[in-house]
Amino acid sequence: MMQAAGTEVMQRITDVVDALKEKDGALLPILHGIQDEFGYVPDESVPVIADALNLSRADVHGVVTFYHDYRKHPAGRHVLKICRAEACQALGGQALAERAMALLGIGFHETTTDNAFTLEPTFCLGLCACAPAAMLDNQLIARFDETKLAEIVKEIRS
Amino acid sequence: MSQRIYVPRDSFALALGADKIAAVIQNEIAARGLDALVVRNGSRGMAWLEPMVEVETAGGRIAYGPVTPADVASLFAAGLLEGGDHPLSLGDPEQIPFLKRQQRLTFARCGIIDPLSLEDYEAHGGLAGLRNALAMPPLEIVKQVTESGLRGRGGAGFPTGIKWQTVHDAKATQKYIVCNADEGDSGTFADRMIMEGDPFVLIEGMIIAGIATGATHGYVYIRSEYPEAIKVMEEAIGIARHAGLLGWNVLGSPNLFDMEVRVGAGAYVCGEETALLNSLEGKRGVVRAKPPLPAIEGLFGKPTVINNLISLASVPIILDKGGAYYRDFGMGRSRGTIPIQIAGNVRYGGLFEAAFGLTLGEIVNDIGGGTATGRPIKAVQVGGPLGAYFPEKLFDTQFDYEAFTAVGGLIGHAGIVVFDDTADMLHMARFAMEFCAIESCGKCTPCRIGSTRGVEVLDKVRAGIEPERNLALVTDLCNTMKFGSLCALGGFTPYPVMSALTHFPDDFRPQVLPVAAE
Ligand SMILES: Cc1cc2nc3c(=O)[nH]c(=O)nc-3n(C[C@H](O)[C@H](O)[C@H](O)COP(=O)(O)O)c2cc1C
Ligand code: SF4
Ligand code: FES
Repeated sequence: MMQAAGTEVMQRITDVVDALKEKDGALLPILHGIQDEFGYVPDESVPVIADALNLSRADVHGVVTFYHDYRKHPAGRHVLKICRAEACQALGGQALAERAMALLGIGFHETTTDNAFTLEPTFCLGLCACAPAAMLDNQLIARFDETKLAEIVKEIRS
Repeated sequence: MSQRIYVPRDSFALALGADKIAAVIQNEIAARGLDALVVRNGSRGMAWLEPMVEVETAGGRIAYGPVTPADVASLFAAGLLEGGDHPLSLGDPEQIPFLKRQQRLTFARCGIIDPLSLEDYEAHGGLAGLRNALAMPPLEIVKQVTESGLRGRGGAGFPTGIKWQTVHDAKATQKYIVCNADEGDSGTFADRMIMEGDPFVLIEGMIIAGIATGATHGYVYIRSEYPEAIKVMEEAIGIARHAGLLGWNVLGSPNLFDMEVRVGAGAYVCGEETALLNSLEGKRGVVRAKPPLPAIEGLFGKPTVINNLISLASVPIILDKGGAYYRDFGMGRSRGTIPIQIAGNVRYGGLFEAAFGLTLGEIVNDIGGGTATGRPIKAVQVGGPLGAYFPEKLFDTQFDYEAFTAVGGLIGHAGIVVFDDTADMLHMARFAMEFCAIESCGKCTPCRIGSTRGVEVLDKVRAGIEPERNLALVTDLCNTMKFGSLCALGGFTPYPVMSALTHFPDDFRPQVLPVAAE
């Protein structure tokens, strides 16, 4: 059973890698592909990628850890990113982030125990003239406020 | 022909519920049996009015905003299709002072056309620059760009024509055009608005760059924080390829040019051009020492034009109207127009394209209307996280590369972030150091370690521990970072820190605890 699951994972990894490995500079597109597939970059993918691109595992690992986007562990069912950059701070972004942490009982880069939310910081979503900004999964949110925050938490928890 | 109702698909509008508004409008059209269709345009850049819906009437376009889904029924009841009166009516959008005062060259079509309609694009002047370019020898294209006085809009202000000349002159079997759409600066969204509102202007600009320099392949490196821009850009490239604009015979000419989108992975430093090239090559986004210049040894070791998106998107109008036309806007050595992005705590925020030369005060007070909270302005940060904080007494500084350098600042990508009097400048200085520590590529010690030390030392200042000594230490650290860093991340973080300290020294003094009232 475990083994079957493992084989299935390896197959999914190989599919992503095979589809992208011929591109010039394929590593980032592959890592994005893996993360889209699994929600994070599983350790098992590193040797497969290294092999396909003729790199060392250390090279691949070095790239995975360099970029903030790539997660080493699965995230919660929903990822809430809150902008920490200056324009959002100018309109209360920091207080809002603190409110979110209090409401969810977690800090940045943490996941709630019910696995519903992972909270992540982001530095600018290009919504700076409608600050503060946030992103729930792939959904952008502008003029973010306590009401919108409470609605999101309620909707997902219910 | 069906009447057009415009509902933006720009991120400003999407983040405020535009998809839902579009759906409700569709329903109303169907329920009322009207001959109208919803077009998803870009944004006009008046962010406080988003989502701004426009309708094409016999007498021209009429705008309404900011619209919520709940307003839609009443808009139709008021006669939306005739541009009927409604409390949300804004009249002719081009007569709104914020838009009327602008000189839109690069953003001429943004918010007006359907961004994914090549017919719309051409009907509004698109491809005229490319057609002219195709009839010129490559060096003449470079000459027009040089003559226009266009300088890089990514921050460094390097003359675009000179960069292109270098790549043109380089001998190689393969050359590249790379568009820097990493747009990581807080307070900026111009690149995003073009990608979402007029993507063909970037495609046209990159093709012209390719023909001018002999490059046949282009990459648009877009930050992952811009999911909508990525979507529209990819779709636009597909359409351009299908229409024969990209590919083996650009517009039927013997020229080959093709391009693709690459997505970043959340590293601010990858906006730095050599880090970006490393990232495109699939490596860690570490900054490369220069020389060699990317124009000589760039992507995969080949001669590469790497330009900011706005630099490239300004090229079609230059080739359409001529270098001299563009050069006649602006002041001093800052020629042409610049899309100023007004953000943060501001009443009328958004994108304002104008010739160089406005003063900072005009921008934030006359155009921006002061703060959104209605409180006095305390500070304005210009040029992103590496830009200086300006107090009111410097508001007569003119928007011009040299004028900003002269007062210890930089224009950067022309983002302006407004703060009211509740801003805590010690906190902002600390944030600048923290941001540098988080985003440092790690290559230089002053940047990597200095920024972390900076955070610790500023925390001590906050705690009232030996403030004099620790502030002297901050100044020292800033000097070390300024002179011992390879790129502007470590080298310019001192700008926000030192400007905060210089202009707002009170915020760095130990807090006098208020004595409890008896
Ligand atoms: C830390 C750092 C971040 C940068 N981020 C960007 C960016 O997001 N977009 C950009 O166009 N240029 C950015 N730059 C400037 C680029 O290095 C480079 O000057 C620019 O892409 C050149 O294009 P241009 O001449 O058209 O401005 C950044 C520079 C540094 C040091
Ligand atoms: S200054 Fe910082 S970001 Fe720039 S090269 Fe040095 S370590 Fe890297
Ligand atoms: S600073 Fe938050 S969206 Fe730009």
